[in-house]
Amino acid sequence: MIPLSWYLILAAALFGIGLFGVLVRRNAVAILLGVELMLNAVNINLVAFWRYGDVTLMAGQVFAIIVFAVAAAEVSVGLALVISVYRRRNTVVADELDLLKW
Amino acid sequence: MNFWNDPLKVAAAWLEGIFTGWGMDAVLAHVLVVFLGVFLLITILMVLDIFLVWIERKVVARFQDRIGPNRVGPYGLIQPFADIIKLIIKEDTTPDGADKVVYNLAPILSMMSVLILWAVVPLAPVMLGIDLNVGVLFLIAAGAIGTLSIIMAGWSSNNKFAMIGGFRQVAVMVAFEVPMLAMLMIPTIFAGSMNMNAIIEAQNVWFFFISPLAALIFLIAAIAELGRAPFDLAEGESELVAGFNIEYSGMKFGMFYAGELLHAFTFGGFWAILFFGGYRFFGLEQVSPFLAILILVIKAMLGYWVIMWVKYTMMRIRIDQMLGFNWKFLTPLSFALVLVTALMNTLLRGADSWLFVTGMFLSNVVVGWIALEIARSVARKERERVEGVKAVEAHH
Amino acid sequence: MTAEQIIFLIVALFTLGSALMVVTTRNLIHAALWLVATLFGVAVIYALLNAGFMAVVQVVVYIGAIAILFIFAVMLTRKDLRDNTPQTNKNWWAGALIAVLTFAGLVFTLQGWSGFSKTASAVPLGFDAISQLGEQLTSPTAYVLPFEVASVLLLAALVGAVYVAFNKK
Repeated sequence: MIPLSWYLILAAALFGIGLFGVLVRRNAVAILLGVELMLNAVNINLVAFWRYGDVTLMAGQVFAIIVFAVAAAEVSVGLALVISVYRRRNTVVADELDLLKW
Repeated sequence: MNFWNDPLKVAAAWLEGIFTGWGMDAVLAHVLVVFLGVFLLITILMVLDIFLVWIERKVVARFQDRIGPNRVGPYGLIQPFADIIKLIIKEDTTPDGADKVVYNLAPILSMMSVLILWAVVPLAPVMLGIDLNVGVLFLIAAGAIGTLSIIMAGWSSNNKFAMIGGFRQVAVMVAFEVPMLAMLMIPTIFAGSMNMNAIIEAQNVWFFFISPLAALIFLIAAIAELGRAPFDLAEGESELVAGFNIEYSGMKFGMFYAGELLHAFTFGGFWAILFFGGYRFFGLEQVSPFLAILILVIKAMLGYWVIMWVKYTMMRIRIDQMLGFNWKFLTPLSFALVLVTALMNTLLRGADSWLFVTGMFLSNVVVGWIALEIARSVARKERERVEGVKAVEAHH
Repeated sequence: MTAEQIIFLIVALFTLGSALMVVTTRNLIHAALWLVATLFGVAVIYALLNAGFMAVVQVVVYIGAIAILFIFAVMLTRKDLRDNTPQTNKNWWAGALIAVLTFAGLVFTLQGWSGFSKTASAVPLGFDAISQLGEQLTSPTAYVLPFEVASVLLLAALVGAVYVAFNKK
């Protein structure tokens, strides 16, 4: 059997990689890709806790489904914003969106 | 348990016995047998696919008042093999500036998205790949891979026609997934399960008679998902040359083409499973799994024939009309149908089976009639508006 | 080592490797395709956790919708994604440090927890996770409120995305 720790370490590593992407990438779409990785890491944890706790309590899976919905909402609004910004400023590089940084 | 009643399990047990007899580990032997089963299923499907090419060409010829392939072999049966030889010896071109890995991966994914569907197809009561309790959702999941393969093909070809074709097809597939998913809910509601086998077992009366509207909407969504006429905008020869697969040649094109045919046949099979009782036919499926497979294949062929019938008698429609048709008509209609079906199912749960079937059928007819009336009144207003504008223009 | 553990290790390595490619590839279309690979890996992880429904939903929602949306967004904003400009900002080493520290901190904190290396008990015979999930999602005593709020959120996001991205001319 696989111990719970393996799943948790996998999720932590995935979260770290996603965080790296969010902090480091210049392109706004790539930043959103990193956010997706972090959300997936959270979901792995939720489902793993469901499986390793009391299986009849569905809280873990329910929360994971809510995360799915939130991720879908986040991506649709986030990408809409990126496209809108691209139309006005002709760039999707996060560093160059510095109108509020005088 | 003998071979006549449960051939797969008998064959698997026999093979596993042989492998363990050679001193192989029991787990490894099991994995090997499962792998061989998958290999066998894929091989049978690919061979079937070759004959689908012949069937498709014969049927289209009949629709167009021709004879079709008739030179190579009896009734032109060897024709597809000649086609394959031609495709294999054709020059395999890769366009300049193409993304090579993605370009070569796309046809494989396209074929895979079709083959993977057969994992959940119950060929007979005792013969199916995996007894998934989310079998119905699996259909949509495999469709997601197909969408991905098309966008990969369109993008990696470095060709604007391919790109536009890919964009169109993906927009269509994503849009028509919504009514399709809603229509998959209806057999799920009736059977109380998303398991394919449970859905078939629940069809003492074919779901087509309980919910004909659902079967119709599913067929429309399936044809859109397949990208066949009247929804073949991705290929649109007159405007896009060949759409997303324009740069592919030889066997890579062959994989897209064969994948499309097998996909159409597969959706014919799913139509049969979800709405026409799958392998069931007046208890004949109990006699032997072989008979059950035969029944399913005949039903799937009939479904495939309907899809071909639509393809060769309808004209291609415009992309905006098509997406408008989906978002403004099909999606609201399918949601309304799911709501009505769920409501009626709750109301008639304890009722006599005849009352249940009649009530469901009538509710479907009413929903369809109301939808058509709304569409008609909208169309009338639109026509009056357009004609009014014309009359005013003529007046001036 | 059991067969299950070997499968887990292969899938986990695949997932993490493609996740690394997501954050380091220069070509953003490739990054989005690597994201698809990562999401597949996570779906297999769900299947290993006996959550078949979650695995299928992962493929439907993430690969069928979200990944496709990403590819569309990359294509619609492609003009200044010249692949020869730096894709990372100049403080990339600080980002890497923070990411490694987060990972190390998480693992270190978890290590002290008593349930860290616990193994799963077998799923009770005849237990149907999907029907249980469906009942709890629609039961007033359980999670019907979050479920409905999520649907409202999706509707709001749909309207908002159309409004924001709509090209007013």
